[in-house]
Amino acid sequence: MGLVDFLHKIEPDKKKSPFLHTLFDGFFTFAYAPNTVTKDGVHIRDGMDLKRLMIHVVLAMQLCYLFGSYNIGHQHYSAIGLYESFLSGFHLKLFYGLVKILPIFIVSNVVGLGIEFYYAARKGHAIEEGFLVSGALIPLIMPPDIPMWILAMSVAFAVIIGKEAFGGTGMNILNIALLARVFVFFAYPTYISGDEVWIAGIEKVDASYIASENGWIFGIFDWIFSSFGWETFGAGGQAVVDGYTGATPLSLASKGGWENVLTVYTPSQMWWGAIPGSIGEMPKLFIIFGALFLVMTKIASWRVMVSMCIGAVVTAMLMNVLGTTPFMEVPWYYQFYMGSFFFAMAFMATDPVTAASTQKGKWIYGFLIGMIGMIIRVLNPAYPEGWMLAILFMNVFAPLIDYYVLEANISRRAKRVKSTIGVATENVLTESQSVH
Amino acid sequence: MRNRITRLGAVFSFIILSSNLFAQDSALGGSNTLLYALLLIAALLILAAVALIGDSMVTVKSRELGVESGKKKLGLFPSNDELFAPKAEGAAAGKKVFFLKKGFDIKLEGEAGYEVDENLNVNTFAIQPKNFLGMSPIPKVTVEVGQEVKAGDHLFYDKKNPEVKYVAPVSGEVIAVNRAEKRSISEVIILADKKMDFRKLPELDLEKATREELVNYMLDAGVWPHISQRPYDTIADHKIEPKAIFVTTFDSAPLAPDQDIVVAGREDIFQIGLDVLNKLTSGKVHISIDAKDEDPSLAFMNAQGVEVHYFHGQHPAGNVGVHIHHIDPICSGEKVWTLGVQDVITLGALFEEGVYDAERVVVLTGAELENPRYVTTYLGANIGDLVKNDLKHDHVRIISGDVLSGKTKTQEQFLDFYEDQITVVEEGDEYEAFGWLIPSSARPSISPTFLSNLIGTTYKANTNTHGEERAFVVTGQYEQVLPMDIYPQHLMKSILINDFERMEGLGIYELSEEDIAICEFACTSKQPLQKILRRGLEAMREQE
Repeated sequence: MGLVDFLHKIEPDKKKSPFLHTLFDGFFTFAYAPNTVTKDGVHIRDGMDLKRLMIHVVLAMQLCYLFGSYNIGHQHYSAIGLYESFLSGFHLKLFYGLVKILPIFIVSNVVGLGIEFYYAARKGHAIEEGFLVSGALIPLIMPPDIPMWILAMSVAFAVIIGKEAFGGTGMNILNIALLARVFVFFAYPTYISGDEVWIAGIEKVDASYIASENGWIFGIFDWIFSSFGWETFGAGGQAVVDGYTGATPLSLASKGGWENVLTVYTPSQMWWGAIPGSIGEMPKLFIIFGALFLVMTKIASWRVMVSMCIGAVVTAMLMNVLGTTPFMEVPWYYQFYMGSFFFAMAFMATDPVTAASTQKGKWIYGFLIGMIGMIIRVLNPAYPEGWMLAILFMNVFAPLIDYYVLEANISRRAKRVKSTIGVATENVLTESQSVH
Repeated sequence: MRNRITRLGAVFSFIILSSNLFAQDSALGGSNTLLYALLLIAALLILAAVALIGDSMVTVKSRELGVESGKKKLGLFPSNDELFAPKAEGAAAGKKVFFLKKGFDIKLEGEAGYEVDENLNVNTFAIQPKNFLGMSPIPKVTVEVGQEVKAGDHLFYDKKNPEVKYVAPVSGEVIAVNRAEKRSISEVIILADKKMDFRKLPELDLEKATREELVNYMLDAGVWPHISQRPYDTIADHKIEPKAIFVTTFDSAPLAPDQDIVVAGREDIFQIGLDVLNKLTSGKVHISIDAKDEDPSLAFMNAQGVEVHYFHGQHPAGNVGVHIHHIDPICSGEKVWTLGVQDVITLGALFEEGVYDAERVVVLTGAELENPRYVTTYLGANIGDLVKNDLKHDHVRIISGDVLSGKTKTQEQFLDFYEDQITVVEEGDEYEAFGWLIPSSARPSISPTFLSNLIGTTYKANTNTHGEERAFVVTGQYEQVLPMDIYPQHLMKSILINDFERMEGLGIYELSEEDIAICEFACTSKQPLQKILRRGLEAMREQE
């Protein structure tokens, strides 16, 4: 207990410096579960709290982080034709990825948490844990070369307009992580769409692609690596391999269907995730592991996941039947090999705050996301992938779905009243008749 | 059932026999085997469809005519219920059981043994006006400090409702009338005599008395406050007649007393109490029994003149609110009355012995007690006397009632009027390094993120909140533990914004604090649901 006493001694005063106090409180409650006891109401409480809940979601995406970081490096080196087998050049790929992903992680968390701390101090309440998950999700859904200032702006937009304006954690209507992404998507579309952006460190110079110069940070790593006698990053600036386009499976499919995809990628490559794309969306199997973890710990709603799968499968099958464009003819099961369906299903659609809040509503909500997302992906030429827009769209409609589910409950109850009143008046009638 | 299987077998054997004919045909065709096979399947399907349609037409007709009822069914095929509904075992076998899938049993250490200790000496007893919801805070006290009273003598009455008398549970000397804030009366304390002396009441023939005579007799005798009224959980209004009366014979709350032990030896009196209740309503008297209980008391199973129901499930399966919801839900404007087993016994004793007998079997439970056990005492016993020499240490919380909806008490205070349980748990006012992530001790939780949950141990819980209060974030959590067709989170939100129409629509009348308590326990955001619900109930009551 010595440490606790010391920490209490250095605790900043709440009135004199509210921001420091909030900051202290945030970190203190992180390190120590508070000593508050129950009063008026239940005397014992469930061991689960919001911190524990949120950290389990973050745990569930750790495999995506691991794979995502490595894959940034792997895609970079594949593009310039070096270390083409997945595990060769391991240290180079890993550190290349880390150099790319760490700034993204730090910037999104510093900006997001900074704003959160500021508002908590202003409103005089404790720091709520909402951004723990958003801050972990945002790096995974960004392209690896996103400029830091755009990232910072998008996070600030999402947290201020999307969350704090509505009243903080638990009050937001739209998913914060997706709001940050959709901000980049519409405000700076060239940084998050097209074929060039999904592979780190590739520049377009006069209609041809070359790898960009490696910065000073790589020099430091090279110095370390060479002291071990390992291969080094070098100066960069190599030409990319012939025929390189950087196109993702989805953009290939929208141009020429499944055959066109197979000219560049194999199905197993797509399933394991060694393809270009947003940082964390590719490793399908690892995401499914994460999803199963969330379902088994009852943290995410399996109803949303299952109904979203059903919605997507049904829509993809319908498209197979219609089959008017090559993209529509992509076999329905291969639709799941491409794009970020599983990531959206496991981590985005299941956000309890923005999803439908009734159990029946969740079925409808998930199904419609699956359907609309697939329609946007396949039928809309402007957007390569549909889940972000579909989820945001259904976030807006979730309260309406809940409204109708609740109305059904209310009218069930009202009918019960009517039937009993009906019986009662009948009784009164027969009594009055018998009097006559 | 067996009869119907024979019938079903006959139909199918006919189909199979006739299919043999087709099989021979197809053997002749040779190359056309596939076609014949398909034809055969089609024929079978048509036959099955005809059989199904015919069967359901018979069933529909039989229902219209009222031939089919309960066990007697005319349809050939077993219904979904018969095939997939879980079957009750033990005493409830073969009876209709309400299976509740939702709920959560909090398994705590400190369960009482089955022996009843009859030698515990409690000196003071008290009646606490605050136990009676809806009563004005300063009732008219009709006794003075120092006055000798008999068990059953009037102590005080509510000035708004003067017919309802509140009486002494024991004979002795009134030693204090304590007051709390704003001069409200918190308790009227009686120092009990060694030998109980009862106020003798005039005889009343239960068979011949009119309902009005009966009600007046009960009001005077002081048993009326034992009847609670839903919605709002107030004292029963003696000016109305309830739609139905509900008695629950089991309590599923953590460490709650086993009512079989409570009723043991007083079975006849319990039945008389039920007879009295039957005179109070023209509707039904319902009693509900735990279907998980291997051997419920015969006083419950063979109760006369009442509807017996069986409920199977985890807490709050034993709550009367849940039973009402499933048996005969409360609608707007309706009132039902509820009683506990010991209240029914007090009622029965009044007519059997002509006295107000407030003897109570109370269970002392909790991990912080040396010797958790059942004791016999009287209503409103002093807490200090009940737990003296029994506490393991002083850093504890003593609760009158269970850990979910009981009230915190000091040793100087008294057991609440409707409670028959004391729970003692450890105070949890300690910091815990990374306690939210790596808990230092096993704790009860509905979340599978706690591995101890999978083993199914009993827990030594403490009163720590395990986290801070947050906005509603998780959804579906309350529904997971409340076996009612109610959306608790949305109801809470409608209470918070004072939307009366929605509160009523979403079923606030069907809930009381004890029903929602398990949701409050499970709440990740640590919201005070019982407090919010009471606020809503009080707001609704003011509207009436």
